[in-house]
Amino acid sequence: MKIEVDYDLCENHAQCVFAAPDAFRMNASDELEFDAEVDDSLREDVQSAADACPVQAIRITG
Amino acid sequence: MTDATAARVVVVGAGLGGLRTAEQLRAKGFRGELVIVGDEEHRPYTRPPLSKELLAGTMSPPDVAFDVRADLGAHWRLGTGVAAARLDERVVVLEDGEELGYDGLVIATGVRPRRLPVPGPEADRFTLRNLAHSLALRRRLRAGVRLCVIGAGFIGCEVAATARRLGAEVTVIAPESVPMERPLGREFGGVLRELHESRGVRFMLGHEVSAFEAGSAGREVVLSDGCRVPFDVAVEAVGSVPAVEWLAGNGLDLSDGVACDGRLRVQGRREVVAVGDVARFPNALFGGPASRVEHWNIPVETARRAAATLVAGLTGSEQEPAHFGPLPAFWSNQFDTRLQSYGAPWLGAADVRLLDGDWTRAAEPIMAGYHRDGELVGVVGTAPPRSFIPHRTAILAAAKKTMRRTP
Repeated sequence: MKIEVDYDLCENHAQCVFAAPDAFRMNASDELEFDAEVDDSLREDVQSAADACPVQAIRITG
Repeated sequence: MTDATAARVVVVGAGLGGLRTAEQLRAKGFRGELVIVGDEEHRPYTRPPLSKELLAGTMSPPDVAFDVRADLGAHWRLGTGVAAARLDERVVVLEDGEELGYDGLVIATGVRPRRLPVPGPEADRFTLRNLAHSLALRRRLRAGVRLCVIGAGFIGCEVAATARRLGAEVTVIAPESVPMERPLGREFGGVLRELHESRGVRFMLGHEVSAFEAGSAGREVVLSDGCRVPFDVAVEAVGSVPAVEWLAGNGLDLSDGVACDGRLRVQGRREVVAVGDVARFPNALFGGPASRVEHWNIPVETARRAAATLVAGLTGSEQEPAHFGPLPAFWSNQFDTRLQSYGAPWLGAADVRLLDGDWTRAAEPIMAGYHRDGELVGVVGTAPPRSFIPHRTAILAAAKKTMRRTP
């Protein structure tokens, strides 16, 4: 499955990092990093991350 | 019922909780009819910008709308409130008199602003909960306007910050000794007071409002000590009241929202669940009495849980375990500071410990830990997001330890 994050919207709330730590993480400069393509077994976690994003910056595209 | 394709689920409330529950019902395989009832004309939208970007005019209504997937397949009944429910008959009654039968009911009506129980004319007084409230207030906020904010909680302080940035002359009146004293404690409240005062917000704390008056000099807030504060615009930000009147007459415990169990079932009914701000549920992480939690992630977490309960009830399959323990989280932007919170700081407000920063340096990052019986139950701070991660993990670890001790 594929993930997109709109960095114009992202405010680094880190809710996605807690919902799907295998796909999203905060780097040392406190910016969000993520894997653009992850295994389908993470779908529920990634959907939780998208649902929990305060600014709706996360899209699941495949 | 085993054939859930012929079933109808009615979701009462078209906010975040209602939308996420509808999505989760579909995600969990519910293919029946989905009706979403909302008293506003709008489809679901995100509320946090109502006191910030939307109020400031840097966002407009389309910017706050949630994306609704076309394949949700919901029938929207917007602009119609709900008047009553007869749970024994599985019927809800809309304000226009229509009766909707259901096989599953989702209670997601949220809260509305509490009003000050004081006499005086209504003109120029505002509350802030929905899109219409925000747009109406936005039309009145400009440089030089004298704004009186009654209440020094999160909404009151956010409105104060937004209005001050627009150049309004802002006075915040509240009974506490510092802003946000009850949820965050005196030390953190002092930090926030300094933050606001440094930007020109005036606080009149330790005061109760006894009336609004319209005199020859214009409108005034009258305080309990007789002091008068002239204003052009007043905002009452004094908390919220769960929207549960429509559920009266069903023998429910509606004393503070809708009482539910850990599966979010109301009165143990398999076909009625409550989600979001209106749901009073027991949280296994923290124990103690069931409570409502008006934090950002609770509608999302309760929606997931409630949808699982409802689908299990509709298909006759096994319910999920009773244990439900979402970790509350919210944030609040005030001027250039973002406050974030994880856990249940209100349970630990009597034992607040500084984890990082300095109480006397409001402009620098602060992290505060809230403890109950010596255990970390919540963390609130203005520090960068990444620094919350270990504290959040520690809250969860402490909560799980406590859970193991509790029979």
